[in-house]
Amino acid sequence: MPLWLQFFAQAALSFFATMAFALCINVPRRALIPCGWSGLLGWMVYWVLWQLGTGRMLANAAGAVVLAFSGVLFARHYKMPAIIFNIPGLFPLVPGATAYQAVRELVLGHIDESMRLVVRVLLVAGSIAVGFMLAQLLGEFYSRYLRARWRRRRRT
Amino acid sequence: MEIQRQVANYMEQVMDACILAGRLMIANGSEMYRVEDTMRRIAQNAGLKEPVIFTTPTGIFVGLQDRPLTSLGTVTQRVLNIEKISRVNNLSREFAAGQIDFYQLYAALRDVDRATPTFPLWLQCIGAAVASALLMIIFAGQYDWLDMPLAAVSGTAGYLVAYYLGRFTKVYFITQTVAALACGIVAYLGVRLGLGHSIDNIILGGVMPLVPGVVLTTSIRDLLAGDLLSGIARGVEAILSAIAIGVGIALIFRFLM
Repeated sequence: MPLWLQFFAQAALSFFATMAFALCINVPRRALIPCGWSGLLGWMVYWVLWQLGTGRMLANAAGAVVLAFSGVLFARHYKMPAIIFNIPGLFPLVPGATAYQAVRELVLGHIDESMRLVVRVLLVAGSIAVGFMLAQLLGEFYSRYLRARWRRRRRT
Repeated sequence: MEIQRQVANYMEQVMDACILAGRLMIANGSEMYRVEDTMRRIAQNAGLKEPVIFTTPTGIFVGLQDRPLTSLGTVTQRVLNIEKISRVNNLSREFAAGQIDFYQLYAALRDVDRATPTFPLWLQCIGAAVASALLMIIFAGQYDWLDMPLAAVSGTAGYLVAYYLGRFTKVYFITQTVAALACGIVAYLGVRLGLGHSIDNIILGGVMPLVPGVVLTTSIRDLLAGDLLSGIARGVEAILSAIAIGVGIALIFRFLM
């Protein structure tokens, strides 16, 4: 499959998969489609970076940053808490499947493979969490900057 | 005397409302800092100046700095239900903006569990089916479109088993193992009947609605935010559920193949 076709296939898959998962965890009806968008954004950033060869951790962290920002934007636009868009949007990125594979390999007696997968789970989950923290930090700085500017304007 | 009693009574009600809000948010999968933030806001907007709040995934404590008043609440079950979180959040915001008074907030919080609509089961099943089928392709990294229907069926089977078993027993581990087992059996039978070819990928898709990926990430976010206790508790929960699913699937691999 050519790369551009893969790009669109991945985008469509992540969009609909996120929406479908959002149905399972009872996201409010109005938020289903933006949830799909934020899942798509997070996954596509990850996928593109992964294709460029940046490695798993950086790609995941960047995906999480973009996801968190999109969550904030959607939250402003739809007047809903950002968590609604973040949790389903995470779904394509999180290492749940890898965690299950790790345990399966362990139970089947393939210890080396299982350890490799366990480390990967920790790294991926950690880098997603770091990405979220980074986005939160940047958001806080930005809002503090806005507030400072607003105050200065009022004074002059 | 009478006034003092009324004040104490009111404070107890405020603390009870805090506990209710916190319990709803934890039981439905919110991060800890958000829970504490919401509880603190409710308490402060209701006039308690210095609330002391301590939350863990299994229990909540609220106290007052300068009075011998404390309330406890326990959380027994934790699932993911975003609409309830968002409803509690909205109520707390409306309260902060003065659109509803404290007694309305209190009544509404007690009603959240009953009044929040959920999607009908068939729609949830379709969600599970689509998520399994599509994520199988995303995760397996191979574009084997032919296995999608079987992955969808397997995912639905697992989701349904987890749903119905979750009503009978509160033991998380058993629910997850049996659900994974159902996934695996469906996938195995399907492959035997010639409806799909890569059983590894099909099972990977099928367990997708069950795996604890979001909980795992939330746990690490809690840890990084400094909520060590809840991070560890959630992490253990996620690990247990991954073990349950892995064991369920490994049973299939060991005894059927």
